[in-house]
Amino acid sequence: MFPVKELKRSALISLWFAFLTFPIMVIKVDPIERLVNYRWDNMFFIAFGSFVLSILAKVFIIRKEKKEARKKPKAATEPFMQRVIREPRFLYPLSIACFVFGLSFPYLFSTYQTNIMTTALMYVVLGLGLNIVVGVAGLLDLGYVAFYAVGAYSYALLNFHFGLGFWVVLPIGGILAAFLGILLGFPVLRLRGDYLAIVTLGFGEIIRLILENWNTFSQGPSGVANIARPSFFGIDMSFAGGIIYIYYLVLLLVVFTIFVVNRLQNSRLGRAWLALREDEIACEAMGIDKTKTKLMAFSLGACWAGLVGVIFAAKTTFVNPASFTFLESAIILSIVVLGGMGSIIGVIMGALILILLPEYLRALSEYRMLAFGAILVIMMVFKPNGIISNVRRSYRFKKNVSTGGESNG
Amino acid sequence: MDYFIELFFGGLTRGSIYALIALGYTMVYGIIGLINFAHGEIYMIGAFTSFIVATVLSIYGFPLLAIVVIAGLAAAVWSSAYGFTIEKLAYRPLRKAPRLAPLISAIGMSIFLQNYVLLAQTSDFLPFPALIPEFAFMEPVAHIVGSSDLVILVTTTLVMIALTCLIKYTKIGKAMRATAQDKTMAVLVGINVDRVISATFIIGSALAAIGGLLIASHIGQINFYIGFIAGIKAFTAAVLGGIGSIPGAVLGSLVLGLTESFATGYVSSDYEDVFAFSLLVLILIFKPSGLLGKAENKKV
Repeated sequence: MFPVKELKRSALISLWFAFLTFPIMVIKVDPIERLVNYRWDNMFFIAFGSFVLSILAKVFIIRKEKKEARKKPKAATEPFMQRVIREPRFLYPLSIACFVFGLSFPYLFSTYQTNIMTTALMYVVLGLGLNIVVGVAGLLDLGYVAFYAVGAYSYALLNFHFGLGFWVVLPIGGILAAFLGILLGFPVLRLRGDYLAIVTLGFGEIIRLILENWNTFSQGPSGVANIARPSFFGIDMSFAGGIIYIYYLVLLLVVFTIFVVNRLQNSRLGRAWLALREDEIACEAMGIDKTKTKLMAFSLGACWAGLVGVIFAAKTTFVNPASFTFLESAIILSIVVLGGMGSIIGVIMGALILILLPEYLRALSEYRMLAFGAILVIMMVFKPNGIISNVRRSYRFKKNVSTGGESNG
Repeated sequence: MDYFIELFFGGLTRGSIYALIALGYTMVYGIIGLINFAHGEIYMIGAFTSFIVATVLSIYGFPLLAIVVIAGLAAAVWSSAYGFTIEKLAYRPLRKAPRLAPLISAIGMSIFLQNYVLLAQTSDFLPFPALIPEFAFMEPVAHIVGSSDLVILVTTTLVMIALTCLIKYTKIGKAMRATAQDKTMAVLVGINVDRVISATFIIGSALAAIGGLLIASHIGQINFYIGFIAGIKAFTAAVLGGIGSIPGAVLGSLVLGLTESFATGYVSSDYEDVFAFSLLVLILIFKPSGLLGKAENKKV
């Protein structure tokens, strides 16, 4: 059933991995006691594991190829998920069901689950915000977390020094972040592609380092603690009540964000972003102001990060620079790419998967981040376009309606 | 003046280590246009492999010279093996995918490798054995330039010369240059592009491993996290010099190393990274494709 050649190949692969992981997996030295500990059992596990995995992968690939060969005559059929999204009669009930589920979530599940869901929803908003910059306008931003930090710190510091409340700072945080987005946007607009990526990465690191080292301003690595939770018309709530309240707040923000982003995508500005992503020169020739359009993308994207930052500070009541590392930017970017660039539903699913996954992988305890990294790689290898790739807006030509034939098309 | 010279040599040492890592970035970028985020992790694995091998050998009582040579070779071999495997597993299936997919795959690989070393070894800082002896002839200037600085500078220079020769005069070097210029044409003239890409990863990883060995014995301790910050710095250096350009990577690394060294010496070590990134932003504002990068012509 399984060709011998493949078995041989798998054996070679397992030998290779045994060799590859030999120094790090097998040998463990204690430089102080001067002891060497050989863990040969690890080598056995690696060899056996890679042997089984390589056979499984091969079976999977063969099956996929067979499936594709069978599918060919039918041409490219639309994937199930995309058909659901395209048809309003599927999409509307589905989104209403999701919304109702979201509303009743705190009553169905425990406070702990609600708290995790709040985090996931925050990342949905972050993902949608970054999606404007990366997915729609095509500007690779690796320092998105800087704007998030600006929002969080603006609430933390304004609350600490001036006692300003959540609702006052929420717009301020958003505006500050958007302003910073413009500030960053100006010098880097001339850069393209990967140069832009590294400058935004550097910018994110600069913000984090300033927060970490400028003690008189941001209280340094120890961060700001005891930030006030948001109040509900002046009523202070219990701990559990506060969590549910913030959950609804974030849910509201998610709905608002989806609404705005959806409207934006079909607006003049949204089309300009798409055009800019596809071809800058052609776009300028069509009379689109490149600078203004790019700055809009940067500042709008940053604005959402600022808003979520304020909510983050209110939710955890504590901020410190360690929450705003490059890894955070990388995770948000992964949400956008994994979900499918430019697609709103894709980004939502990407955020839910990537944020809930490590939470539920807690059973694996220390292997959690290892699994996370591996899953990112595997997902990309098998679905490089993301879970739901954005469908290009296209006009469908119906043959049976027009009698004039192709020449009119 | 002594202080200035000390900082200057410190900067050169730092810069040449960055250069060894930055070359891997720039070569991979030049050929497949990918920011290989896992490259910093390759460097970390190189440092760990040399640490393990060197410690084991010193426990078994080998002479110092043998330890240095074997540890260096082992680091280069295993790092190259990792580079080769990563390319095959995580990047090759994505050759035709959208531009950002390999980037995310690289980030995933980087997280994976960090945690792999963390779990298989330890999260603590490990003391790295001093592999570079204090030379007697360096005694008069030892307070300004240490022996390890000298060894690092000499090794890096030798490696650079070897790399230049490899790329200029050998068959594989020629194939690499051709692939960097135009992948399709390279296939048409009979170059096995897959093999060239593998070779690039192997060479880049070996360079990073040598860098890992040198810096680890210079600083004296290692940790699973060292690859991340070194990788970002080296990438910054590569972009500073113009990514894709090999002399650019070296120049960018030296500029970055000197800037950091002077910033640490004259201002404050807290802000050394801020200076590094600010320099990057400043240079890119005035030269958008880096110091030695070629400006691309855009066409519709």
